[in-house]
Parts: sequence; structure tokens; C-alpha cells
Amino acid sequence: MNEQLIEQLKQLLSGEVFLLCLVFGTFLFGVYLYKRLRFSLLQPLLISVVIIIPFLKITGIEYTTFYEQTKVLNFMLGPSVVALGYVLYEQIEYIKGNVLSMLTAVFAGSIVGIASVVLIAKAFGADKALVASLAPKSVTTPIAISIAENTGGIPELAVAFVVICGLFGGLIGPILLRAIGIKSKIAKGLAIGSASHALGTTRAMEMGALEGAISGLAIGIMGIMTALIIPFVDKFFL
Amino acid sequence: MDLLTNVLPTFARFLNATIMIKGLFNILLFYFLGEVCSLFINGFIPGSVIGMILLFLSLYFKLVKPEYVRDAATVITKNMAVFFIPPAVGLMAYAEYISQSIWTISLAIIVSTVFTLVVVAVVQDSFEKRRAKK
Repeated sequence: MNEQLIEQLKQLLSGEVFLLCLVFGTFLFGVYLYKRLRFSLLQPLLISVVIIIPFLKITGIEYTTFYEQTKVLNFMLGPSVVALGYVLYEQIEYIKGNVLSMLTAVFAGSIVGIASVVLIAKAFGADKALVASLAPKSVTTPIAISIAENTGGIPELAVAFVVICGLFGGLIGPILLRAIGIKSKIAKGLAIGSASHALGTTRAMEMGALEGAISGLAIGIMGIMTALIIPFVDKFFL
Repeated sequence: MDLLTNVLPTFARFLNATIMIKGLFNILLFYFLGEVCSLFINGFIPGSVIGMILLFLSLYFKLVKPEYVRDAATVITKNMAVFFIPPAVGLMAYAEYISQSIWTISLAIIVSTVFTLVVVAVVQDSFEKRRAKK
């Protein structure tokens, strides 16, 4: 009877309800810490992950179990990209008259970004699977997954690089842009969103509503540009 | 004054209990339409991105009322970071593979991210400056 109870408890611990509680709870704790300490390295997402990974290791819950049980969150990445269409609509006044410059800027950025990541990885002898997983690192996960799959990369690895790139870009983006003397809010938002998708956008939103919205727009433009460019890079260089 | 402009409309929105459902319905509907379009082009552009563009165009051409999507879209986009937690935890499953080529990966990501940030910001900034001069 007692053993049976323990077994059931264990099952609850690796179940949907508890794991979702864990995700939201650690994220809230992360938000709390981030607000208290105002230290940009302590992104809520990072804090949450740093708590969850050891927890899973200690309790012996497999990542695949965790992933299965929290699938609803992963699903929400798709609708959240769609919802950016609304954020974009809200900022339409600022977009008017800037369409050509924004498209040009993101196009240049995506070419430079993809070329540099592919060339460096190849120069250091990375295999094709690694290069193909690295190439879409600046776009949001649903897009990165489909690009990586189409070009022979490993989707899970591509997602990992997307997350790393998002954290890194969100971290250094505001500092770097200030350092090189960029004052335009549109340029700041556009650069952060292009380099580090939705994770950068959460940082851009802290800078201001306009930066946030333009950053959200940049996710879409960058996603489309990258999806259009990588098949060609894949055909000729990989 | 404040009561009329701020409090009352907010209260009225709470009374409209189906506003979230309307928002989610619209977002999911456009997601689905995007997925259908994506199917026709062999997944060349992901359905979510096509859905985003379709939603934007529908709002722009007044096919969808902005009030219908506002609440749901705001809640979802302001909390996007949460949705990245499961894939980020996935790093642990690939820790070994990543640590094997950690330097290549770090260098490639750092250099490329810095380049992208600088190029996009500088190009956009110079466009704006040139226009300001005219």
C-alpha cells in the first residue's frame, strides 16, 4: 500500500501538472530575481533553466518525458509568432516610410549573419549537420526547426543554438548598440529582433514599446529572409 | 475624468468575457491558414510566419477588428520567453555533443550575432540620417 503510494507520487512528479507548475514557478522566481537585482545576465529564462536542469537530473526525469509533458508551451511558440502580426499592426505609423530601409537592413544583416556563422563553423571543421543546425540560429524556433530539417541539420540542436543566440544577443545588444552610437529607436529594435528573435524582443520591449514592436517585426522579416537565403547557401556552399 | 477614460473601458472589457476566446480563435485560425499556405510551398516559409503576415494584412485591410485580437495577442507576445523554456532545457540532452565543439559553436555564434546587430543597426540608422538631411 505504502509503496504503491510512493509510486503514484513519483508519477505525479513527472506529470504534466507538476512540471508545468515547475516551469511557471521557476520563471516567476526568475522574474522576481531579475527585478530585484537588475542584473541583465539573470534573464528569467536562464534562471528557470538553471533550476530545472539539475532538478530533472536529481529526480531522474528524462528530458523526453519533460518535453512531452510540457508540449503545450512548445506549441504556443507558433501562435506567438502569429500574434506578432497584431503587434506589428499597432506600430503601423512608424513602419510607414521605413519599409524599404528596414527590408534592406534586415536583408544585409541576414546575409552577413548567415555567411559569418557558416564560414566560421566550416573553417573550424564542423560537420554538415552542425553547420546546418547553426545557420538558422537568429530566427525564432518554429522557423529554425523547419529550416534545419530541410537542410540536414538536427532540429533539437538548432533550437538549442536559437536559445543561446537569443540570450546572448539580448544581453549584449543594448550595450553594443549604445557603444557604437546608435540613437534611432527603430534601428535598435530592428537590430535586436534580427539578431536574437523573440528572446531579444523581450529585452527590446523593456527599452520601449516602439523598440519592442519593431523588434517583433524584425523576427518576421528575418525569419522570411533566412528561410529564403538558406536553401541557396545550402545548395552552393554546404 | 480618469474614471471615464481608463477605468470604465477596462471594466467593459472584463464584461466582454469572450474577448480572449475571440482573440485565440483568430490567432489560431490565421495560424491554420498559414499552415495550409505553407503546405503548398513545401514548407519553404513556416506556417506561423505566413499566419503572422496574413493576420497583419487582415488587420490592415480591416477584415478583422483589432479589438478582437488585442488582449490575446498582448498576453501571448509579452510572455513569449516562457515558451522557450522546454526547448532551452533540451540543451541538457545535447550537452555532450555541444561540449565537443564548444569553441567553434561559441565563436561562430558570438561573431555572427555581433555582425548581425551592427550591420542591421548601421544600415537602418544611415537610411534615417540620410532622410533627415533631405
